[in-house]
Amino acid sequence: MSFYPICEELSRAPLDERFDAVTGEDVRRALGKSSCSPEDFLTLMSPAAKPFLEEMARQASEITLRQFGRTIQMFTPLYLSNYCTNHCVYCGFNCKNQINRSQLSLEQVEVEGKAIAATGMKQLLILTGDARAKASPEYLEDCVKVLRRHFPSVSIEIYAMDQDEYDRLVKVGVDGMTMFQETYDEELYATLHPRGPKRDFRNRLDAPERGCRAGMRVVNIGALLGLGDWRRDAFITAMHASYLMRKYPETDIAVSLPRMRPHVGEYQPATIVSDSDMVQFLMALRIFMPRLGVTISTREAPEFRENIMPLGVTRMSAGVSTAVGGYSDEAETSGQFDIADERSVDEVCSMIKAHGFQPVFKDWEPIIPVEGAA
Amino acid sequence: MSEDSLEIGGLKLASRLFTGTGKYADDAVIPAVCEASGSEVITVALRRVDLESTTGNVMDCIPKHMRLLPNTSGARNADEAVRIARLAKAMGCGDWIKIEVISDNRYLLPDGYETAKATEILAKEGFTVLPYVNADLYIARSLVDAGAAAVMPLGAPIGTNRGLKTKEMVRILIEEIDLPIVVDAGIGRPSEACEAMEMGADAVLVNTAIATASDPVMMARAFGRAVKAGREAYLSGPGARRTQASASSPLTGFLAEG
Amino acid sequence: MQIVLNGSETELADGITVLGLLESRDISAEAVVVELNREIVPADAFGETTLNDGDHLEVLRFVGGG
Repeated sequence: MSFYPICEELSRAPLDERFDAVTGEDVRRALGKSSCSPEDFLTLMSPAAKPFLEEMARQASEITLRQFGRTIQMFTPLYLSNYCTNHCVYCGFNCKNQINRSQLSLEQVEVEGKAIAATGMKQLLILTGDARAKASPEYLEDCVKVLRRHFPSVSIEIYAMDQDEYDRLVKVGVDGMTMFQETYDEELYATLHPRGPKRDFRNRLDAPERGCRAGMRVVNIGALLGLGDWRRDAFITAMHASYLMRKYPETDIAVSLPRMRPHVGEYQPATIVSDSDMVQFLMALRIFMPRLGVTISTREAPEFRENIMPLGVTRMSAGVSTAVGGYSDEAETSGQFDIADERSVDEVCSMIKAHGFQPVFKDWEPIIPVEGAA
Repeated sequence: MSEDSLEIGGLKLASRLFTGTGKYADDAVIPAVCEASGSEVITVALRRVDLESTTGNVMDCIPKHMRLLPNTSGARNADEAVRIARLAKAMGCGDWIKIEVISDNRYLLPDGYETAKATEILAKEGFTVLPYVNADLYIARSLVDAGAAAVMPLGAPIGTNRGLKTKEMVRILIEEIDLPIVVDAGIGRPSEACEAMEMGADAVLVNTAIATASDPVMMARAFGRAVKAGREAYLSGPGARRTQASASSPLTGFLAEG
Repeated sequence: MQIVLNGSETELADGITVLGLLESRDISAEAVVVELNREIVPADAFGETTLNDGDHLEVLRFVGGG
């Protein structure tokens, strides 16, 4: 069982025609229902729903409040390595880009981990490029062992792994993963990933499912909006999340809404995703899947992050450096992308509180602790 | 609209009302009830023959075109349900079986754990299994895994005519379970059958409410129409109910980017 | 001989078959299912299934139910 056949079927479906066929009355009907079907979600994602954003916002904020209360989960990303063997044409870590490459030693991981933990952060997301030879599964296991002494929750955003590798990482204390499909358009995917292990569309598509099977507590997916037709990608992302939720009811499924931003490299977005598009997607997701986690990164500007907080967001990153070794000393390497919200953890938390929300560093404790963990 | 039929165990059904043969003052009314309701599926039970006095045979009252759905009433655990199912199949009326395992005679509530066990055994033997259970998501999921052909959650305890007491739980099953959901037990009025169908249930099973009406044939017709109406309402995509007045301070004002 | 028929001790002529028993009680063989010592007896074997002393026999049929 895999999402692939559904993805194929959706990519053949005339989604554009279906979006265009939606009328205002359809949107009213969808908003009047007590539960939201995939068809209703498509309706809320259509251009015809634009005049209804305020009504969607009212519903989305009410659902979010009911399901999650006035809380925002906080996490910090830590880049362990920017070595990469992929040629993703849109990415700052693309192996053809002339940037300084480095990888943290275990000693450096310890230093960086301590520096982040000192800010009060409890949930860490570790990231690498796609270079198995450098950032090997064994290296990652060692890093996790070190970091679990400082963080109760460590999740990964790395290359697609096989089942056994995920199982092993869960064993040493990884409790979540993020894996972006980038685009669900398989043809476009092939042109964006001309070489490197990431070329394997299907292997990447099934990776979140392997994470669910390995017993990850949180599995976060997403498409990089703007690479292709953002509406189609957004719709299929939601179908992917819904598929995982149904099949793995014990896993918390989350979606990120990254959109293209400027960075080192030549690639420019195919479509521009406006603030209003982002907000529409966020709110439609919330109405469609009340329990879905929604992650907003520091790619977004501070003011925008603040404004969308009540509309369905549940997780936010703070205190972010996208460069390797960017916390403990002045970074020597380039970041993967430019961040728009450069405020410190304290500043972000003050902002969250000022909006009447509570920043949550940790709301979960394993009953069976991992050896040597914090 | 294309023909809207319900498929269970490879059989296409035009009618989404299942009926029963219990509690009738006189079985002779059953053929007229079947006709008036339009139903194509009918339940029977298996019992010892009374060797002292041979009474009429309920089978003589069931129109030949109907799909027989024997139940395992009387079973108190999975083993007994399996035994009854095999005996019912030996009657030569097909391989459909309604699993009903009840060991609590006060409330007559079904035992989900034993039901799932029986379902697994019988599905493997090739039966088309329709288990009758409480409206519980975990039980329903275990039935999917066990190979059930449908899930039949109760609306209220058997024979109470209390209506859709489990509405919110049934709604969850309709949303989450990829098998036909047949609301079985407790439906006492056509309006309640209609409500279940409007919600998206795939079919309803009604016995007591029809059999105990003063005019069962008229009630059967009323149920047949109610089920059709509810189904059509569900398929037609009901219009929006009036939503509340909008909030005083807009949540999306920041998007006024011109 | 004695058998347990539908739960009651019943006296029967030696060597009687299932079919013979049904006929003697005016029960149509098509309308019942028979279980002998927990084994289902196929309908086409009623005529050659001889009952023995101490057998447990169940004769069942469909009745009204929901």
